[in-house]
Amino acid sequence: MTKIVVVTSGKGGVGKTTTSAALATGLAQRGHKTTVIDFDVGLRNLDLIMGCERRVVYDLVNVINGDANLKQGLIKDKRVEDLYILPASQTRDKDALTLEGIEKVLDGLKEMGMEYIICDSPAGIEKGALTAAYFADEAVVVTNPEVSSVRDSDRILGILSSKTRKAEQGEGDIPARLLLTRYSPERVESGQMLSVEDVKEILAIDLLGVIPESQAVLNASNAGSPVILDRESDAGQAYDDSVARFLGETREHRFLTSAKKGLFGRLFGG
Amino acid sequence: MSIFSYLLPKKEKSASVAKERLQIIVARERSTRGGPDYLPQLQEELLMVVRKYVPVDQDAVNVQMDRESGCEILELNITLPEQE
Repeated sequence: MTKIVVVTSGKGGVGKTTTSAALATGLAQRGHKTTVIDFDVGLRNLDLIMGCERRVVYDLVNVINGDANLKQGLIKDKRVEDLYILPASQTRDKDALTLEGIEKVLDGLKEMGMEYIICDSPAGIEKGALTAAYFADEAVVVTNPEVSSVRDSDRILGILSSKTRKAEQGEGDIPARLLLTRYSPERVESGQMLSVEDVKEILAIDLLGVIPESQAVLNASNAGSPVILDRESDAGQAYDDSVARFLGETREHRFLTSAKKGLFGRLFGG
Repeated sequence: MSIFSYLLPKKEKSASVAKERLQIIVARERSTRGGPDYLPQLQEELLMVVRKYVPVDQDAVNVQMDRESGCEILELNITLPEQE
């Protein structure tokens, strides 16, 4: 049984690709055969985040058009067993991404025995984002604690509830869970940032995880290594918790409060 | 929070302003979601007609579609400004 998961947000730059890479890597680390697909035709970046940019020969559009078969298009990760990447095309012709074409690719991946297919959605609510979400069984909505991101996430939730294949077939909403990224407990405590409770209340969906604002995320993308592989880092651990929750484990949410300051820090700190 | 900030006048925290603004806009956008595609334009045109006679705000006209036991109800709310 294959589960198709769309990682989406509406707004750009909130961490969809970072999350897709971490989620796919975390699932594969736990022994689940997983493919992560970049749907951002024209602006591919998943290959950089996964560190396989120099191994890209064929891409999603090549596979859809039949220029290459699925096995040729897939890049096998060198660090984690059972992890495959299907990069987006850099061609500007977005019309190449047809629903029929995508369905064929997804069916091919199912036949290969993939347990999870992670669809890294482009930003926006145009065709690319709709195509990434269409076949999904489940959604992860990546949101920053910031007004425009929350509003766009709500918009995406509305689209998910009407524009997926399941919704069209009358099977109702696909489950969607919130992943709050770039969270800064200090700023929440000083009243400058929406809290996780605020965002949950506004969007009214279940919480998958909270990823703290962390230097480790930039370091990971600099290095082309998914941040979840950085087990020492707060962000890496938070992603690992999120993957565990995704698979049904119960794990306490961490990194929601700031490190306590001493008396001196409280009196004179910012 | 430093000791000096206790001496300064209290400003409303920006996060609570953000939350309030979001709650309002999200509720408004949800109310038009799933309705027929012509609703926003209907709202726009109604607003133009009302404005020919009364100066009202952008938010003064509220159009909503409800479904009740098989029949659809178009709910129209126009808030007029208070008389001077």
